[in-house]
Amino acid sequence: MNSVLGDRRTIIILLGPALLLYTLVKVVPVAWSLGLSFFEGNSLRGFEFVGFANFVEFAGDDAALQSVLVTLRYALLATTSQVALGYALALLYVFVLRRGSAFLRTVVFFPMVLPGVATALLFRNLVAVGPNQGPVNDLLNLLGLDSVEFLASGDLTLATALVMNLWQSMGFYAVLLYAGLLDIPEETIESARLDGANGLRLVRHVVLPLSLPILLSSIIFSFNSTLKVFDGLLALNNGGPGTETSPLTLYMYRTAFEYAEYGYGSTIAFVLTLLCLVFTLAIFRSSRRKVED
Amino acid sequence: MAQVLPTQLERPVDPSREVRPARRRRQRRLLRRIPVWLSVGLLLVVVLYPQLWMVLGSFKTQAEFLADPTWALPDRLYLDNYVTALTRGNLAVNYRNSILVTVPSLFLMITLGLGAAYALEIMVWKGRNTTLLLFLAGIMVPGQMILVPLFIAYFRIGLTNTLWPLIITYTVMGLPLVVFLMAAYLRSIPREIFEAATVDGAGPLRSFFVIAVPLMKNAILTLSLVEFFSVWNDLLIALTFTTDRDLATIQVGLLSFSDEYGQTEYGPLFAAISINIVALMILFVFLNKKIMAGLAGGAVKG
Repeated sequence: MNSVLGDRRTIIILLGPALLLYTLVKVVPVAWSLGLSFFEGNSLRGFEFVGFANFVEFAGDDAALQSVLVTLRYALLATTSQVALGYALALLYVFVLRRGSAFLRTVVFFPMVLPGVATALLFRNLVAVGPNQGPVNDLLNLLGLDSVEFLASGDLTLATALVMNLWQSMGFYAVLLYAGLLDIPEETIESARLDGANGLRLVRHVVLPLSLPILLSSIIFSFNSTLKVFDGLLALNNGGPGTETSPLTLYMYRTAFEYAEYGYGSTIAFVLTLLCLVFTLAIFRSSRRKVED
Repeated sequence: MAQVLPTQLERPVDPSREVRPARRRRQRRLLRRIPVWLSVGLLLVVVLYPQLWMVLGSFKTQAEFLADPTWALPDRLYLDNYVTALTRGNLAVNYRNSILVTVPSLFLMITLGLGAAYALEIMVWKGRNTTLLLFLAGIMVPGQMILVPLFIAYFRIGLTNTLWPLIITYTVMGLPLVVFLMAAYLRSIPREIFEAATVDGAGPLRSFFVIAVPLMKNAILTLSLVEFFSVWNDLLIALTFTTDRDLATIQVGLLSFSDEYGQTEYGPLFAAISINIVALMILFVFLNKKIMAGLAGGAVKG
């Protein structure tokens, strides 16, 4: 029987095309890109081997360091806020609304499927000032405050991007964590309640520790997607004002494809990959230590 | 989902309270419910109002945009904005391109992914775990890591002025997750089914088409939906490999449309964004359970 399920021809027919395409379009380019990060130039000008010069340049490049900071700031704040708010929503769904949460779950989830570009353009108009002032500033005026030009400042642009990110993804994290909360056995909670744990104490001492694994997966997933933020910040304010909110991904895109610096662009892509790997491993490690304690 | 946990956030029932009249207890419960309903209401407004505002705005004339307050309703259903966006704004072409890219990408991704997952999970051979790991590693590598070499390669092969670079890249970008999740689904099918088929004389290819594919119908639909959103909503790859305005997908089109008209003509831009919102909303209304389960499941396992 195993000789039939081990038939070489079938394996080649079924696996071959996928493996070939994957190798040619993913594995080889990754190695190629790694190699390119030690070169300078582009395909028109030609390439020149420069050793570690690109990495040295990166360490002293203010624009690069600024983009690393933007990426880290965005990823940290976005991850914390979206997982926290998602968890709060999940608690609301499970413990307060219970059976009635299906509609709310669905409605709050919906923005997640909208394209980042459309959402960013929507928020651009929501916070607009000038002849076609958006509702956010109208609300501020209504409260007696002056209009704020959100997209004229780097900090306020980042804040807008974070709110936009929350608006788009809180429902997603809520559903993710909601599924995790439902997995907690009913008896566990019931017995904790009989022991006198209620409300916030129940959440802190019983529900939270039991949902740590799913919270951990959410945090890792969230970091991995927010470190790669691209469409949101590009479409919201073009990485601006200036380059104040330009993340690593946008800096890489511009370096490689607008300034045609293929070598240096590959170096930036490599740094981004390292950043994702380091964060994932770091979260894994710190959590394992906590569990062991 | 219908599994509902009991009343944890409420106090345990104090026996002395049982004596109180039922009416007062009901009132107390209603009072306690007010903050809950207020926060639910606020949540709904925060989520829905921006979308509603955008769609309503798409029916306004330029004069209404400039003269009326932003929350005013449009005077009538003014459809010119949509016509402008689709024709002069080139969005009809963008939509055509997006469909021409998304459909083949999804087809290739699912077909190749399912075949590979079957070979890796059901077939027995040396090295299958290593190969699965190789696919898995792909999930961890950001797309930026392959853009420059692919850009050079597509240019040299001469694919630059076609939609092929997008189709090929999307297919490969989606493969790791599809292979991984398909393998996980296949693992949940009892192996005895395939072994019994083999005993009955079915070759492995036949088992694949007659047993695995029909059993995987649900997984195929779910993964197609998940990957549909990641291909349709992508900007990075589309922006990198689109050199010609007439090959731009909807996201690239929307971005350049906003640069060209967004600052002065609000109606067409609002219409362009609204088409996106409404089209996806219709899809979501019909398939929300599958979409939500698929996206959340893909995140946890991936």
